[in-house]
Amino acid sequence: MASHTATVGHEQEATTEHSHGHVTNTGLSNEKLAMWVFLGSECLLFGALISSYFLYRGRSTTGPGPDDLFDIPFTSVSSFVLLMSSLTMVLALAAIQRADYRRLRIWLMATALLGATFIAGQVYEFTTFIREGLTIRTNLFGSSFFVLTGFHGVHVTLGIVMLLSLWNLSVRGRLTRERTEVVEIVGLYWHFVDVVWIVIFTVIYLIPT
Amino acid sequence: MSGAETHEAGEHGAHPTDAQYVRIAAILAVVTGIEVGLFYTSFAEVATNVVLLVLAGIKFAIVAAYFMHLKFDNKILRRLFVTGFVLACFCYFAYLLTLGVSV
Repeated sequence: MASHTATVGHEQEATTEHSHGHVTNTGLSNEKLAMWVFLGSECLLFGALISSYFLYRGRSTTGPGPDDLFDIPFTSVSSFVLLMSSLTMVLALAAIQRADYRRLRIWLMATALLGATFIAGQVYEFTTFIREGLTIRTNLFGSSFFVLTGFHGVHVTLGIVMLLSLWNLSVRGRLTRERTEVVEIVGLYWHFVDVVWIVIFTVIYLIPT
Repeated sequence: MSGAETHEAGEHGAHPTDAQYVRIAAILAVVTGIEVGLFYTSFAEVATNVVLLVLAGIKFAIVAAYFMHLKFDNKILRRLFVTGFVLACFCYFAYLLTLGVSV
């Protein structure tokens, strides 16, 4: 390993270590590269959903609109919860890098619980909106809002499943420092879900119609 | 080389410490508080909206740079993500402008 890294330079040295010794054309771990490509494509998906929301939100003639429904203090707390889950996620990654498996499990579980709290808030918000008369079929605003935030909620839920899987692996002693990259890749996904919400919170909730 | 050393030394720069991550999260929380405060102010709507978008951009950049480690990782990853993001922005701005939607 030492002679190999000496010949391929600093950048490839780092990536070779990350990919557990597999040499690739890019000098990067295939799994990590694939996750970044996936996240790039997810930008296009959420871009389409946000654009559709902009296109439709002001065109409803029936039913309640954003100004009648949005509860900014409640959504602000939800946003704060998701933002803090990014902190616990990155602390989990730092813990496994130090081989501190007890803290790894604590931070992974904390991240999953914060994510679950966010989802619970979203379920409550959806339920409230439906009680107020806005469903996915009420008007164009309802359709685009539920599809956009629903897609985001599904992403968060998948992230929670991945986090709990990592926690389970760690409890069984199968998530060691040699597999740090697995935590890093799940972390990338989780942080992406967070940055998408940063955009959604501003453009959908805070900027008025 | 241990895994931890690999991650610290094998990148373009050392990753932040736990305390630094907490400080970064505190900055993000403060920016979110400012955003919510701006929502309730009665400044000019256009100016407020521009500031809100700038603050969201700052939060986005901080999370991507520090929590997703783009600041410290290989440039190829940064280019991949930025390309996808810029392409999405350009594509959908053009789309919305074509349809006459004011963003």
